[in-house]
Amino acid sequence: MSHDTAPAGPVFTPARKAELEALAAKYPTRQALLLPALWMAQREHGWVRPEAIDEIAAELDLTPAYVRGVVTFYTMYHTHPVGRHFIQVCTTSPCGMCGAGDVVAALLEHTGCGELGATSPDGRFTVIETECLGACGFVTPMLIDDDFLESVTPDTVPELLARYP
Amino acid sequence: MGYPHPIHPKETPLLSQHFGELDARSYEGWTRRGGYQALRQAVGMTPEAIVDEVKASGLRGRGGAGFPTGMKWGFMPKDDGKPHYLCCNADESEPGTFKDREIMRWTPHALIEGCAIACLGIRAETCYIFVRGEYTEPGRILERAIAEAYAAGALGDNVFGSGKRIEMVVHWGAGAYICGEETALMNAIEGKRGNPRIKPPFPAVSGLFGMPTTINNVETLAAVPPIITRGGAWYAGLTLGSPKSTGTKLISVCGHVQRPGTYEITLGLPMRELIFECCGGMREGRTLKAVIPGGSSVPIMNAAEVEECVTDYEGIAAKGSLLGSGGMIVMDDSTDMVLQICRLARFYAHESCAQCTNCREGTAWTTRILERILRGEGKRADLDLLLDLAENMTGKTICVLSDSCAAPVVSGIAKFRDEFEAYLSGARAPLAVGA
Repeated sequence: MSHDTAPAGPVFTPARKAELEALAAKYPTRQALLLPALWMAQREHGWVRPEAIDEIAAELDLTPAYVRGVVTFYTMYHTHPVGRHFIQVCTTSPCGMCGAGDVVAALLEHTGCGELGATSPDGRFTVIETECLGACGFVTPMLIDDDFLESVTPDTVPELLARYP
Repeated sequence: MGYPHPIHPKETPLLSQHFGELDARSYEGWTRRGGYQALRQAVGMTPEAIVDEVKASGLRGRGGAGFPTGMKWGFMPKDDGKPHYLCCNADESEPGTFKDREIMRWTPHALIEGCAIACLGIRAETCYIFVRGEYTEPGRILERAIAEAYAAGALGDNVFGSGKRIEMVVHWGAGAYICGEETALMNAIEGKRGNPRIKPPFPAVSGLFGMPTTINNVETLAAVPPIITRGGAWYAGLTLGSPKSTGTKLISVCGHVQRPGTYEITLGLPMRELIFECCGGMREGRTLKAVIPGGSSVPIMNAAEVEECVTDYEGIAAKGSLLGSGGMIVMDDSTDMVLQICRLARFYAHESCAQCTNCREGTAWTTRILERILRGEGKRADLDLLLDLAENMTGKTICVLSDSCAAPVVSGIAKFRDEFEAYLSGARAPLAVGA
């Protein structure tokens, strides 16, 4: 996965196109493929590039403006490049009152990101706070890319980060 | 069971008895545990018989609203010639709630079977399971289980040779609490922004793709197979309290208890027994201060109310709150209530879809006012201003997100007013929060 702004290939390679058309059989409208198509774009490029929005709009007979409106509604679609590994840490009340703030501080320190939403200078990590991850009994839960991690503490942060070069 | 803890004697493990057993995730493992008997039985039943059995069980929606499931299914039209849809709401995002996740990751086939039976009951051939984007692990486990169920003939064109057709599709969300609202969820599947729709029309008339649709929570659907095999009357007999609250309920308990986890209780268990026996009580040296019993959207209860409360729909309502999703947030005496209420308000401000003015502005201003109180910059009139805002946020918008933000503010000021006043008077040291 590349995460930069340099020109990239299309989302819908023949394989992706086949994947999209297989999904199309499961829905009565083409528009229903929009969220799945946006996920494909993000998996391909690491973020939803403006070119991908144009490409998806053309595939699904929608306007790019409409697609952009949907992209910006959903927080998990990245509208700009992010670090090679994207970290989402829960700080909503149940986690917040059981120590999530200390995990955030440890993440910002050990990734070198310094502040939430920023990408580390080496391009390796971006850390954001996220609202309730639905694992409130396993404080602090977080996602690194697609890996769901539970019971993270400030002490376990360095070892966890080491798994994501 | 109180996953990840062993079963407590006060629990009634029906849906949760196989949590933690890796082998229960597979089709083979599930059938060895009696799985898919209910679906085999249901393919030979009429839709009416299925709906009647669920009606007899007294099962009520486990997502938060507590609406009778059989009655909801009964609203679906007959012989209308239109495609019908089932939506399974697996967008579990209500702070404090983490029970559906355990169903999906440990017993995915229980959910698939429940969805399939519901499809037969409402005359639907397609079920869309909307899984929140963050639930990477449960969603993938569910996708693998669905593929297994197709391969075994439990789904597809000819379910167990009955000639009946059931298609099941996982539709991934992409980060938006509001998509747990039923019509917002339908919009998300349709490829739209997740804005809730004005009701009526209700989903049974015009839901997904404009067609008759039933939408149920994961736990509700997972409770259906035992109702079919053991009978609605048996399920209705499971109660310790009100006869209107039947069956078992998964309660995910988090916060300052010794053993946070997902507990399964027969409805009607005293809340004190759940918190102090099943969950082991408060952390060492601490006492109970407050409980938000049904996910963050319901009114806060104080310790005295918890002491006498029965954990079912009626019992919690009698104490001025709601069973809701069964996401229980327990707070001990170290908790700063103003700070926690402010954090909840920030959650709702972040998650407002912003289509209704009262919600968009109300959640944002509630957060800003609470932040300035915490910073020691609050004014005496701020508490009345918060209550006035809350009044304008309750019952005035398309969905209840706005009401959900108001609930902890109103109950918090009513029950913990001294803590707010301590910030206003300077008796409590200000905190560095907000802009």
